[in-house]
Amino acid sequence: MSIDSMFVHKMWDDHELSKMVDGGVPFPMLSDAGGTIGTMYGVYDAEAGVENRGRFLIDPDGVVQGFEVLTPPVGRNVGETLRQIQAYQLVRESEGSQATPSGWRPGKQTLSPGPDLVGNVWKEWKTSMAFD
Amino acid sequence: MAEEINAGCTRPTGGPVADEVVEDTSVDIVKKEAVSMIQVGKKAPDFSAAGYKQGGFVNVTLSDYLGKWVVLCFYPGDFTFV
Repeated sequence: MSIDSMFVHKMWDDHELSKMVDGGVPFPMLSDAGGTIGTMYGVYDAEAGVENRGRFLIDPDGVVQGFEVLTPPVGRNVGETLRQIQAYQLVRESEGSQATPSGWRPGKQTLSPGPDLVGNVWKEWKTSMAFD
Repeated sequence: MAEEINAGCTRPTGGPVADEVVEDTSVDIVKKEAVSMIQVGKKAPDFSAAGYKQGGFVNVTLSDYLGKWVVLCFYPGDFTFV
């Protein structure tokens, strides 16, 4: 979503993005004229007249689980977004019985929060596991 | 004398003809904007927005996606580099 019109979105997709992605961008490119939606989400920079790079993760109940906002010159890490979605999906499927510690990736160990884990995380999880 | 205008998407409009635009400075317009930030664990504000998707124009309402995971991304503008 950006402040550009849907017509400009089409031109960008036709002339540039479709050269990077076969068939063009596969999801809706939305128009936020005037930044009203961006203002609601706290990412619209009224002085510059543009949106910052906000990324919001919204669960099936419509609840925001996480977000990240970057100023324009630095791009996002899509891999990290996917990792967070995978982690939240695991937590949701486990109905809260599992939590994903720092550095978790699919296949890595999860934690089961509860009385037995109090003071015992050090037995389950090592600091080296925070890194890839 | 009629002046030629280029056809565009904006609606051509007319208005009063004056040498100078006189601005009313008697009233100070103070823009009060409560800059609110989203809170995690709270509902995402619902919205409806027009957009473009693979050859067609669409209208998207966030709440139509209830039951699915949604990644909502904002970016500075089309044809920006990053």
